[in-house]
Amino acid sequence: MIHQIILTVAAVTAINVVLAVLLVIAERYLADFGECTLTVNDQKKLDVKGGSTLLATLSREKIFLPSACGGRGTCAYCKCRIQSGAGPLLPTEIPLLSSEEIENQVRLACQVKVKQDMAITIPEELFAIQEFRASVKEIRRLTHDIKLLRLSLLDPGEISFKSGQYIQLKSQPYADIRERVSRAYSISSPNHVKNAIDLIVRLVPEGICTTWVHEYLREGETVSFVGPMGDFFLRDGRGEIIMVAGGSGMAPMVSILHEMIHTNNERKVTYFFGAVTRRDLFYLDEMNAFRQKLPNFKFIPALSEPLPEDSWDGETGLITEILGKYLKGKDTSDMQGYLCGSPGMIQASIQVMKEHHIEGDRIFFDPFA
Amino acid sequence: MENLSPWVLFFAAIFTGNILLTYFLGMCSFLSVSRQVKTALGLGLAVTFVLTITAAVNHIIYFHVLVPLGIEYLRYIVFIGVIAATVQFLEMFIERYSEVLYINLGIFLPLITVNCAILGVSLFMVIRQYTFIQSVVFGAGSGLGWLLAILAMAGIQERLNEKKIPPPLRGPGIALIITGIMAMAFIGFSGMVQIQ
Repeated sequence: MIHQIILTVAAVTAINVVLAVLLVIAERYLADFGECTLTVNDQKKLDVKGGSTLLATLSREKIFLPSACGGRGTCAYCKCRIQSGAGPLLPTEIPLLSSEEIENQVRLACQVKVKQDMAITIPEELFAIQEFRASVKEIRRLTHDIKLLRLSLLDPGEISFKSGQYIQLKSQPYADIRERVSRAYSISSPNHVKNAIDLIVRLVPEGICTTWVHEYLREGETVSFVGPMGDFFLRDGRGEIIMVAGGSGMAPMVSILHEMIHTNNERKVTYFFGAVTRRDLFYLDEMNAFRQKLPNFKFIPALSEPLPEDSWDGETGLITEILGKYLKGKDTSDMQGYLCGSPGMIQASIQVMKEHHIEGDRIFFDPFA
Repeated sequence: MENLSPWVLFFAAIFTGNILLTYFLGMCSFLSVSRQVKTALGLGLAVTFVLTITAAVNHIIYFHVLVPLGIEYLRYIVFIGVIAATVQFLEMFIERYSEVLYINLGIFLPLITVNCAILGVSLFMVIRQYTFIQSVVFGAGSGLGWLLAILAMAGIQERLNEKKIPPPLRGPGIALIITGIMAMAFIGFSGMVQIQ
């Protein structure tokens, strides 16, 4: 009997060991892509190790493509042109690329894997994107689910960005979450402050990065982020600026308003801020301060479902209704729209603006992907 | 079974004793990956490859290791181990050489491991005492038979996409009805060769 047990165990073990060894050998040959050469913009040549995505490979080479979703293939910010070596278009890319982009060999860097020599084109300004280390100077509660995160830069010690742009914060492992993720947050501090940045982070239920910031990150700790990125910033113009935001969409607007004070910009600004109840409103003191320093600034908060105890006497309803009411009958021919918030809110607001003849080329937006 | 010609067995495995339409093995991936001919072809080829390899390897292990040692009862766990390793190898291979197919097959590629058609073929081979050549031929034939069935199904499903189907029958409902009719059609071949 004991002989039988030993024989059984030995036989199963031996067969499985042989299979495992064969797999390890196969993996060594199949999963090894060796050294590949990346040619960036026809000039820079990089020797990289193949096998991972283009996005990850480039970030190891300190070239950071914007990516709000952290490589999951949903935000489509990491688009770049790949002239050769990209392989066939993947089913995960098709829904995010227009037929024009497909013709121009535009691909998603987070989906394409580096398996051979590649030639790619990325916009020059992306070379300005750097990785920063910073220490947490302050974490302050703004509402029940929104916190202000102030980071003072350590290395490099200064950042130059356009007010309205965002950075990608890297989370650290905590509790039973082992992975590190990158998530995009707009900078809410003005761009003339170069040694620190403010971020406004709203707690997303089950969100890996926001839970880390809200529950685990402490003042004095060191974090890292990559930036600046994004094409959401104040454009030249003379007409009225219509801002629409909700929740942490407040951040880029605050940055832009600070910059306007700093540069003595006297354009008319009307800022619509949507919230559900009184407890979702924040930065009201800051808005009052802006009103005193910017002669043509108007802040219009609107609650969609005010509670009786809020004793709310301001605007009530969806922010798009308030916006439509405001735009009705106005000359919108030189107005510009700046939107930041949930994709649903942005889509609905664009709809309203277009109905009132603010054309798409005068609407700028930054959705939370 | 010694005297059964490999060619007859090959033919029989594809048509008269189709692993899917006669034995109804390997149904779950058959039902889920039969919406497009292209992916169905990819999965069918993958299954054929795994079936052929595992039938050969399992034959060697069973008749030259397990039987001499008197531990035939280990065949289930050993067969599954060999199947899992083959699928892993195939996964690496497809990921390297056709990423489009890799993404399209998605979870169904690793799930070939638990495709009962594959374990079924290895077990039939034991029950029916096939020789080595017969096992390989039987494996390849069963794989091609499965490929034939899923391709036919995918072709029909692609056409059905444009048709109006009563809501309660949409999805697996109509797929099972079609499978049943296809199976009945294949019964027509069964008089030619009996490999039971």
